[in-house]
Amino acid sequence: MRDSAVRVGLVYPDLLGTYGDRGNAVVLVERCRRRGIDAELVEVAAGTPIPESLDVYLFGGGEDDAQIMAAAGMRDSRAAIDRALTGGAAVFAVCAGFQLLGTTYEASDGEILDGLGLVDLSTRAGAGRLIGECVVEPAPSSGLPTLTGFENHGGRTTLGPGIAPLGRVTVGHGNGVPYASGTLVDGVLVEHILGTYLHGPALPRNAALADHLLGWVLGLDAITPLTDPVAVIVAQLRSERLAAALLTGLAARRRDWHLNRG
Amino acid sequence: MLAVAPDLLREVAGRRRIAIISATNGKTTTTRLLADGLRACGYPVASNHTGANMPAGVAAALGRDATSDVAIIEVDERWVPKVIDPLHAELLVLGNLTRDQLDRFGEVRSIALRWRAVCDTHPDLAVVANASDPHVVWSVGAHASVTWVALGAPWRSDAATCPQCAALLTWSADTFHCDHCGFTQPEATYALTGGHLTTPDGEIALELQLQGDWNRMNAALALTAAIDHFHVDPMTAVRGMRAVEVVSGRFSTVRLPDGREVPVVLAKNPAGWTEVLRWLQPTDRAVVLAVNAHVADGRDPSWLWDVPYELLRGKAVAASGERCLDVAVRLGYGGVDHIVEPDPLEAAAALPGAVTIVASYTQFTHLTRASW
Repeated sequence: MRDSAVRVGLVYPDLLGTYGDRGNAVVLVERCRRRGIDAELVEVAAGTPIPESLDVYLFGGGEDDAQIMAAAGMRDSRAAIDRALTGGAAVFAVCAGFQLLGTTYEASDGEILDGLGLVDLSTRAGAGRLIGECVVEPAPSSGLPTLTGFENHGGRTTLGPGIAPLGRVTVGHGNGVPYASGTLVDGVLVEHILGTYLHGPALPRNAALADHLLGWVLGLDAITPLTDPVAVIVAQLRSERLAAALLTGLAARRRDWHLNRG
Repeated sequence: MLAVAPDLLREVAGRRRIAIISATNGKTTTTRLLADGLRACGYPVASNHTGANMPAGVAAALGRDATSDVAIIEVDERWVPKVIDPLHAELLVLGNLTRDQLDRFGEVRSIALRWRAVCDTHPDLAVVANASDPHVVWSVGAHASVTWVALGAPWRSDAATCPQCAALLTWSADTFHCDHCGFTQPEATYALTGGHLTTPDGEIALELQLQGDWNRMNAALALTAAIDHFHVDPMTAVRGMRAVEVVSGRFSTVRLPDGREVPVVLAKNPAGWTEVLRWLQPTDRAVVLAVNAHVADGRDPSWLWDVPYELLRGKAVAASGERCLDVAVRLGYGGVDHIVEPDPLEAAAALPGAVTIVASYTQFTHLTRASW
C-alpha cells in the first residue's frame, strides 16, 4: 500500500482538451477513490513546466495552434517526463497527444513540428479526416479486452520498426496507414506508454483500460473489482458502443463491397 | 437553392436597412431583442427570429414581410460571407465564437477567418461586436467603423491561444492580452456590468423577463446596436426588450399527462450547457438531461466531460435521450445521483415536482415539434 496519493496529471487542459479529455483524468481519480485509494487530479496549466512528480501523465487532443504550443512545453519538460517514467509513471496520450509522443508531425502545408520523441513514431497530416466509431482489438498478451472509442483526426501515424501498436482496428481507421501484412492498427503500446486515437473519452467507455493504467502505477493487486452502480452503467455503455460500431462497420464494409464490385 | 440564393436574396432584401446578427450562442435571442427594441421605438421591423438562419429561411422571412423598411436578420455563422452582399447589410452584430458540434474540426478558426474576410472587404459596414471574445476581436481586425461592447467572458476554454499569433493568451479578470504579439482586448465604449449596460451617456438597467446571465449578454449586445447604430431612445428600446417573454425555438414548454408544464431549454454546446446549469443550480427544480448525437448535435458527445454537471449534485436528475448511457456515466463519475430513462417525457414524469428538460439540438426539435 502506497503512503501518498496517486497523482493524475492532466497536461495542458487549455490546449489539449478539445474532446472532453478531462474525462479520462476524472475516471482515473474516481476509480482510485472508489477503491479507498487516495488520488488527486493535478492540472498542469499551459505555459508551466510539467512536473516529474506525477504518477499518470495525460496528453489529450487539440487543434493545430494549440498543438504547436503544447509541443513546445512538452519538449521543454522532456527530462522531467523521462525521470518520471524511470520511476514507474505511466503515460496515456490521445490523438494530438499521441502524435506528440513521436518524433515529428508534418502538417498539410509541409511544416514539421517536433514532438517529444519518447517513442519511434511519426505522423503526417492526411487527405481527409477519419471520423466515427472505432473498435480496437488489443493483442491477447496485453491482457486488455476489446476497446471502443470515437476517432476524429486528420493524422496518419507510422510506427517505427519493432514498435507495437495498441491493437488491431476492426471498425474505423486508427493510425490510418497499413501496418505489417496490410492490417490497420491503432495507437502504440511501449512499456508504460500508451497512445491511441480513441476519444469518447476512452477511459469512461473502457473501464478495463483505465484499470490497466492504474495497475501499472499501483500494482495489479490494488485493482480490486468495482461493483457500484456506476460500474454497471459503464459496462452498459461499452456494450452499446460496441454494438453501434459493429453496425457502422458492417455498413462501411457493405458499401466498400458494392463500390469495389464496380 | 444555392445557385439562385444570391439573386433571390437581393430581390427580397430590396432597399431596406438590414442588420445581420451572428454568433455561436444567442443569435436568435439577440435578433428578437433588437427587433422588439426597435419596434418599441416605432420602427416596422422584418425579422427571421424563429431561428431559420440559412439563406432559405432568411429569404422566406424577408419575402413574408416586404414592406418593413428595417430588417434584423439572424444568420448562421458559416453563412455570413454568402449573404452579406446580396442583402447589402449596413450593420453586422457579432456576439461570440465558441466550439460547436465537435466533429466539425477547426470550426472556431475557420469561422473567424470567414468573418475577418467580411470585415476586411466591407469598409463601409458598421460593426457592433463583443470586445470580450478574442475570436470576435480578431475577426473584426482593424475595421474602421466598429463599436465595442464588453460582455465579459464566462467561457474561455476555446480561447487559450492568441487568434493572431497562436501564443498563450494571458487572462486577468475578464480581459485578455497576448504577451507575445500584443494582441489585446480593445477599449469598449459600452459594457455589461451586473444587470446594467454602461453607455457613454450613463447606465441602463436591463431588468429582463428572460432569465440567465447569457440573456443579459444578448440584451446588452442588442441594446448597444439599437443605441449606437439606430440612434433610438435607450429607455424606449430597453422597454421593448423587457417585454420579450419567450424566444421561439430556444425555450418552449411541454405538458405531461399528469398536467405538469415542463420547460424545455436548448443547449447546443459546452458554453451553452454551462450557462443553463448555472441558472438551474440554485433552483429546486428537477432536471432531465436529454442528449442525442446526430450530426446536428455533434456525433461525438465527449463534450459531456467539458460541462460541470457536478452543479446538479443534490437535485433529482434523469439521464435521457438516445445517448442516455453516456450521460449516466458522466453523472455517475461526477457523483450526481440520477435515474436513466431514454424517453425524456417519461423521464420528466418519473421525477418529482417542477421539472426542466435541458435538451441537445435534435432532442429539442423533436420535443417541441411534438407539442406544437
